[in-house]
Amino acid sequence: MSLTTNTAAAASTAAQLTETENRAPKINRNPFAGRSGTEENKAVNWTLFGILSLGAVFMAAPLLWMLSTSLKTKDAVYSLPPQWIPDPFVWDNYVRVFDDTYVLSGIKNSLIVAGTVTIIGTVFSALAAFALAKLRLPGKNAIFIALLSGMMVPFPTLMIPQFVLFSNLGWVDTLLPLIVPVILGNVIMIFFLRQYLHNVPDGLVEAAKIDGASYLRIFWTIIVPLIRPAIAAQFILWFMAVWNDYLAPIIYLNSPEKQTLQVVIANMNVQYATQRDYPLIMTASVISVLPILVVFLIFQRQIIESVALTGSKV
Amino acid sequence: MSITAPPTPQSTWTKEDAKASRKANRKLHRKEYIWAGAFMAAPVIGWLAFLLFPLAFSVYASLTNWNGLGNMVFIGLDNYVMLFQDPYFWRALWNTVFYMIGIPIGLALSLGLAMALSRRIPGRTFFRTVYYIPVISSLAAIAILWQWAYNGDFGLVNQFLSIFGIEGPNWLMDENWAKPALIIMAIWKGLGYSTILYLAAVQAVPRSLYEAAALDGAGGWRRFRTITLPMVRPVTFFLVVTNIIGGSMIFTEINIMTPTGGPNWSTASLVWYIWNKAFKNLQMGYATSMALVLGILVLIVTVIQFRMNKRNDFSIE
Repeated sequence: MSLTTNTAAAASTAAQLTETENRAPKINRNPFAGRSGTEENKAVNWTLFGILSLGAVFMAAPLLWMLSTSLKTKDAVYSLPPQWIPDPFVWDNYVRVFDDTYVLSGIKNSLIVAGTVTIIGTVFSALAAFALAKLRLPGKNAIFIALLSGMMVPFPTLMIPQFVLFSNLGWVDTLLPLIVPVILGNVIMIFFLRQYLHNVPDGLVEAAKIDGASYLRIFWTIIVPLIRPAIAAQFILWFMAVWNDYLAPIIYLNSPEKQTLQVVIANMNVQYATQRDYPLIMTASVISVLPILVVFLIFQRQIIESVALTGSKV
Repeated sequence: MSITAPPTPQSTWTKEDAKASRKANRKLHRKEYIWAGAFMAAPVIGWLAFLLFPLAFSVYASLTNWNGLGNMVFIGLDNYVMLFQDPYFWRALWNTVFYMIGIPIGLALSLGLAMALSRRIPGRTFFRTVYYIPVISSLAAIAILWQWAYNGDFGLVNQFLSIFGIEGPNWLMDENWAKPALIIMAIWKGLGYSTILYLAAVQAVPRSLYEAAALDGAGGWRRFRTITLPMVRPVTFFLVVTNIIGGSMIFTEINIMTPTGGPNWSTASLVWYIWNKAFKNLQMGYATSMALVLGILVLIVTVIQFRMNKRNDFSIE
């Protein structure tokens, strides 16, 4: 069974349509032009450049300090004035952190949780968004509103009963309580994908149905390719949120080898601070930030655009 | 034979017809209903099992004396009475509200940044990236880093202040400075996020408005107050509300930077107190009642948002 060329053509136009409509607003690059309306005041721009540079130093300094400390000896940490460039330069902390601490198992556990939750959860969210935006079901808007209302309930309000539920199942000190409740779909993602799908003409789905395509096939061959950019951006944002989560993991995970990376570094902070081994703590912190930073630098345009959209969609 | 009025559409479309049509519809779309239901099943199950059920259970648990393991002893509203008389609860609530001082400061800074970044300034993409990096960094790592930066003797912050001859306090150990220290860190971490949202809003303001205002002789400040500020209001509102909700849940930095609730309990937040009561003191019933109070406070803020959003005249799209 193949989809007719009509459907395919419609799909490609719709793709272009959503592509252009879902970019962050870029209408006016330069709304603060001077009185003439076109020219910006050069002096003002250079002053602002100076202020922004100063601000950038404040934003970057703590993180650069973290990186520099991770390459120092224990004693160099206390040197006055502070050393920005480590002297001597030691890579040993990056060896020790994997040999002596639970950082490696922390990375593994964080990857298991964030990976399974976001990969499977994205499929569930996209399917739900497709059904909510394009399929007929009496009462589907009520379902959507109910799901949205869940966003108003803060996690701390639910953490105690959820903990009791999972401890009755014998899941404490496993990764399951961090995976199961979140893997079933992310309301924020459903919200944005549903919004995105409103730009896709209904006729596209109808045409495919007339061609005899099954709903799953419509989802995979028409819907997914159309919303792929939105899925990608939401996926990354979600992955970052799960990777950086701290409250839920400290509630459930007691054994050091079962903890996620954030809990591991927080515990190291307590343990190694008494030994004054700050370089090791900073090394672990760098390792927890680095993977997310790399992903961010690669996909920063998509991430920033989809973050910018959140403000205008609500 | 008299002339009768032609039947109106309403008169031919009876209730029975509507019913029959709905029935036919149901039959026609049955397959679609089933698939739509199946596609929505996972989040709906999650909603029932991990939201509605825990919430209902919470309401009951908050009325009991319970350590999480043994029997739940029903004590009526005693937990709520105790809560209103608990000075630690009020202290934690006060601290949590105090942290919100950072919200207007952060928003003002980020609006300024967004307006600067909307101009043709060299390296603006670079600036945008640098300001955004703290947002994506893990809060646990950031908290560890800043805990150390705030160290009174050799911390980065006091080293910096000493350049100007200022002797900084021992931030996190000083009752008066611990909360401001946490606020400064929170502003630093969140600045990039609100800047990005404001930047999109600022760039969407039609330029003709500024040109018209300039022709009418409006100065820079006046143009900012009468054009920019109202046009970015939806974003301001969104940020205020999400920041209040997020701020009400502040926990990670408190627990990492001040593991005992700070000097003289000056940093303990509501969620930190709930977490301690529930998982350290095993007063699950009491902790649940506080968690519900937190949930209700957040709900009130959200409802206010929806009310005020309705009154908004501006929309970015």
